Parts: sequence; C-alpha cells; structure tokens
Amino acid sequence: MDFWLSDDERDLQEGIRSFVEGRFPLEEIAEREETEAVIDLDRWREIAEMGVFSLRVDGFDNRSAVVAFEELGRGLVPGPIVATHLTAGLIDGASEGSAVVTLLETDATATVLDHAGQATDVLRFVEGGAERLDPGSLSLAAIDRPLDTLTPVWRVDGDVESGTEIAGDADAMRLAGTLLTAAQLVGVAAGAVELATAYAKEREQFGRPIGAFQAVKHLLAEMYTKTDVARSAVYAAACALDGAADDDVDRAVSVAKLMAGEAALFGGKTGIQVHGGMGFTWEVHAQRFWKRAVSLDATFGTVDHHSMRMAEMIDVRSGA
Amino acid sequence: MDLRYTEAEQEFRHELRSWLQSVLPDVPAEPGPNDWAARREYDTGWQKMLYEAGYAGINWPREYGGRGATPTEHLIFLEETEQAKAPYVGMNFVGLLHAGPTLVVEASDEQKAARLPGILKGDDVWCQGFSEPGAGSDLAALGCKAVRDGDQYVVSGQKIWTSFAHVADYCELLVRTDSDVAKHRGITWLILPMDSPGIDIRPLRTMEGQIEFAEMYLDEVRIPVDNRVGDENDGWRVAMTTLSFERGTAFVSEMLQTMELCRDLATFAERLGRWDDHGVRRDIGRIAAELDALWALTKRNISEATRTGLVGAGGSVFKLAYTDLRHRLGEVALHLLDRASLSQDDIGDLATGDHVQGRIHGLKMSIAAGTTQVQKNIIAERLLGLPKEPKWTSG
Repeated sequence: MDFWLSDDERDLQEGIRSFVEGRFPLEEIAEREETEAVIDLDRWREIAEMGVFSLRVDGFDNRSAVVAFEELGRGLVPGPIVATHLTAGLIDGASEGSAVVTLLETDATATVLDHAGQATDVLRFVEGGAERLDPGSLSLAAIDRPLDTLTPVWRVDGDVESGTEIAGDADAMRLAGTLLTAAQLVGVAAGAVELATAYAKEREQFGRPIGAFQAVKHLLAEMYTKTDVARSAVYAAACALDGAADDDVDRAVSVAKLMAGEAALFGGKTGIQVHGGMGFTWEVHAQRFWKRAVSLDATFGTVDHHSMRMAEMIDVRSGA
Repeated sequence: MDLRYTEAEQEFRHELRSWLQSVLPDVPAEPGPNDWAARREYDTGWQKMLYEAGYAGINWPREYGGRGATPTEHLIFLEETEQAKAPYVGMNFVGLLHAGPTLVVEASDEQKAARLPGILKGDDVWCQGFSEPGAGSDLAALGCKAVRDGDQYVVSGQKIWTSFAHVADYCELLVRTDSDVAKHRGITWLILPMDSPGIDIRPLRTMEGQIEFAEMYLDEVRIPVDNRVGDENDGWRVAMTTLSFERGTAFVSEMLQTMELCRDLATFAERLGRWDDHGVRRDIGRIAAELDALWALTKRNISEATRTGLVGAGGSVFKLAYTDLRHRLGEVALHLLDRASLSQDDIGDLATGDHVQGRIHGLKMSIAAGTTQVQKNIIAERLLGLPKEPKWTSG
C-alpha cells in the first residue's frame, strides 16, 4: 500500500504547474473575461501540446490525470478542458486542441451550456451511451451576466435533437469526467488557500499581519484541511479507477466529487472573507476561485447530488 | 500511488486473521466500564496473549522486543483486530504508544532493560502525568515542582487527566526543575513508580459518567534520580519525541468504529421509516462520504510515515476533520433519535445507546490530545507559515 506520488507523477505535477504559471498568469486570464472568447485558442493548442487532452489516450492513467487536472484548476485555466480531454481520440481535433468540446447536461434543473460560443463540438451523455452534437444544431441564447465571467454560458431552448453516437465506454467516460472535475475543484480550493494565505501574511491591521490573529488563521486552517481531505479522496478514487485499489469505483468517484466540491466552495467563499473588503472587489482574484468552484460543482453533479448518490450506496441492513 | 496491499502485507493479514480466529473464543467477556480491577485484568490479559503470539509492541523496534512492523502492517493489525472485535489496547495505551516509545528513544540501557519488557508482556500498566489544572493547551507552563535532594527528586504538585492512575504501576511524569528559565527549558521527564508514598489519586468523573481519568496529587514524593529519562531540564524535548512515533495509525480503530456507527445510523433511519427523507439521506450520505475521504487521508498519512518516518502536521489535518465529523454525525443521530436521545441505555430493540454515547464521545474528541483550536494553530503556523500568536506573557 503506497499512497505516495511516484517520481513520474511528481514530475508531471511540476511540469503542468510551471506550464500553467508560465502560460496562464491570472492577470492575463482575467483580461479576456467578458469578451466573446475567454479561451485563447493559441493557448488551447499549447494545452494540447502539453499532452493534457490526449493524456490518457497516450497511455497515462487516471492517477497521472488527476495530478495534472488539479494544477489546471489551481491556475483557473478557462475552457471545457475535461470534456475535450474525455473525447480525445473520439472527436476530431480534441487531442490536438483544434477542437473545443463542451459538455451538455440535459438532466439538470436548467439546460445551461458553457463555452458554447467557442465550442466546435458538444458532448452529451445519454441513456446507455454518449453522443456528439453540433453546436449549430442547438437553439442557444447567450446569457448576459454569467456567474463566472471566465465560464460564459448559454441557455439551451427547446428540445435537443439526438446527435451522433460516440464510440467508447460512456460509463467510464462519465466516471473519468466526474473524477477529473473533482481534481480541478481540488486545485481551485488549493489556489484559493494560497491566495488568501499570501494576503493574510502581507495585509496588516492593528499593527500586525491579519494572519497572526487566530480568527483569521483558523479560517485558513479549515480551508487547508478541507482541501487536503478532498485531495486524498480524489487520489483514492483515481487509484480505484485504475484498479490500483480495492474500493468500489462509483462510490469512490462520488466521494471525490462531493468532497472536492465542498472544499472548493468553502475555500472560495472563505478566501473572499479573509480578503475583507478587497475580497468583494472585481480586481482581486479571490472571487474568481469561488465562481469557478460554483461552476465546476454544478458540472457532473453537485455536492448534494453526490450526497444522495452516496446514501444509495450505503449498505443499509434490511430491517428485522 | 498504488493502494493495493503487497503480497507480504496480505500474508501478514491472513496470519493475523487466523490467529485472531483461534484465540478470540478464549478471551473472557469484557467487564463493565467502572470495574477497574477487572478491566486491568482483561486489558493486560489480552496484552499477554499478544506477547506470546509475537504481536506485542507491533510498531516497536525488534531490538527492544517489538515486532518492528511497518506502518502499513500496523494499519492492518488495527483493521483486523477491530473487525474481529478483539479487545482494544485499553489501559496499555500509555505504555505501548506513549511512555514505551519514549523510553526506546531516550532511556538509558538500564532503564530500557528494566521497564520495556513489563510493558510488552502486560505486566505493567502506565499512566501519564503531563497536564495540570494550570497547564492544558499550554503544557509547557506546568508547575509540578521537583527539588533535588541528594540522589532523589522531591516532587510536589498536581496532575490532571491522568488516565488509569488508580490501577497503574508507573507514570511518565513531567516536572518543573527550573523556574528561572524559559518555560520549555526547565522541565524534566521522570519515571514515577505509582506505589511511592505521597501520591493521592482522586477519580475524575467525566460527562460520560465514567471514571477513566483521575487527578493526581503529589506531596513530597521521592523519586530516584536514576528514574530520570534524558538530562535534567531536557524533559520537554524528551516528551516531544513521542510525536515522532506517530505513524498515522492513532485513529484507525476509532475510524472503523465510526464507519460502523454511520452504517448503523442509516439502518436505524430505515427502521424508523426515515430513510426516504431526503434531508436525512443527504446528511448521512455526506457523512459517509467524508468518512471514506478520511479513510483515504489515513492511508495517505501512513504512507507519508512509511516514506519519511514522520506524519507531521498531516495528523492535525486528520484530527481536525475527524472530530468535526464526529460532532456532525452525533448531531444527525440525536435528531433522528428524538426522545430516545434522552437515554444512554438502548430503547427498544435498537442500539440507540451507542449513538447517544457516541455523541458524548465526539465532545471529548475535539478536546483531547490537542483541541480543535490548537490543531488549527498547528496547521496555520506549520503548514501555511502564518505568523505565531503574539505572546501575552513573558513565558
């Protein structure tokens, strides 16, 4: 039993981290918000060149993938990275970054599609399979004020016609998608902790850094704790999916998504709180972590959804 | 990362499992919670069985009579003994997991030879004399005073939270040997034989209604200087070495019991006709998920200990999350129990008492061994590098 990142996993983590820090500085990401094109397509191709979209097609396992996706979440890299990754090798251009594949969830309360403006393809899970839709086939209405301006959204009106079937194991795709979204959420949570911690060390009130006050440092400790517990769940689920653990895969993935969603939502809101008034400004990035947390929590099932799934999986002994 | 157990680990598990199956029928029934003489007999009897089978001191080095098991084997040991409903470590806790490991690292050869075998064989029970009424979270502020008199220390003061003091043979005792230096620098670690004259033990009843703890009053108790472990005034460092023995396994038995409690609660909800209630399902589902996640963190901490020899502040992360979860589990349980929550005894044919007692246990867990607030300080200062609290005293 070894729950330690291998050298290869650590190298990948560092590689993706420095790529994200070098090519996706938050200042530059933020400059594109509220435009039609939050995704810089040249950068999108660079993500492909880093091997992110084709990672598992190229033979990497889910353990490597979660390590990579956590880093993408940590840097708030915009775009439907998970859906594009899931369809690598299945939809033309997904591996190479010439396609932008976004996920359409039609079983939710409202049919809201993100990144439709730049999407070349739409992925939808249907009963017993997955299909590809043409964005042009959808009746789309742009939403003027998305919650996360780095996750622009469109309302999908009317019935959605069937698309073309995508080869491949849809259940496995959905599980991997849920897991990798959870990994991104852990990254969002971690990024929020880092930003708030740095601020708490530097911001002074009452003659000392606010991070010296227990009321503030305890918030940061809670953020860190939720993040690290969630990270453990994500790693464990990746092991289960790779057959490197005996745990039930469906259960492990639900646990991961639930814990990661909770960590990111808590980290996002608490990060804003730690920043005080500045946390409520547009300028400070704290808000962007919370907004991304909400967006990703509502992708592949919210905390509530997975809590209910979990309840179904509890081994309730039948009453006497 | 690979969470599967190696062949050697599986073999260890199978051997242990078949041993447990063979001996558990011979283990007597567990005595009541307040019959301390019988509990001592029961706990040390189990320790003797472990010793004879080569499982005593599972994590102790082989050269001192332990099994020298890896942290993962220790995890397996705790999993299997819990699943088989074998006795818990009980009052051997301080000797096996605290005082013993400290002696292994810090004691002289004579002290080791004299004291370690008794712990492993279940002959000696140890208690801990660390906390004082005025020294809880700020343990280094302890004031129990020791004055050198020839080849003896004369010790006077008061200790609190001394588990099993009334049935213990030895106590790991922290005393103040210098009051004129920084508080951490004037502490000494002593082995106190509990039959020494001048010790007065008063049971300390907790809100559970039981008497696991005691207050210990020392009135000019004479302790030979030979019983000192480490140098005079170096006791703080000696006491802290215990932390370096933590391998992430401290809460494994607890965790498994809590997982059982959670499953039990779902079953309970079902029998009450409440399992269709979405609020109840969501609460319990969420707690079950957190338990799985904490189980993953447990394995991660154990792996860290295997790789680096230390768990570090990961232990604080676990304890903070786990004790918070215990509170929420207890609250969900008591709401479900409704009027049955007024009784620590079972009502009807459901084990409602476990949940009421479990709720009380949660209130203890977020205080014992470093409160939630202390754990948060540790995480914030050691893992996040935030500045320390301003000092309010000159200490």
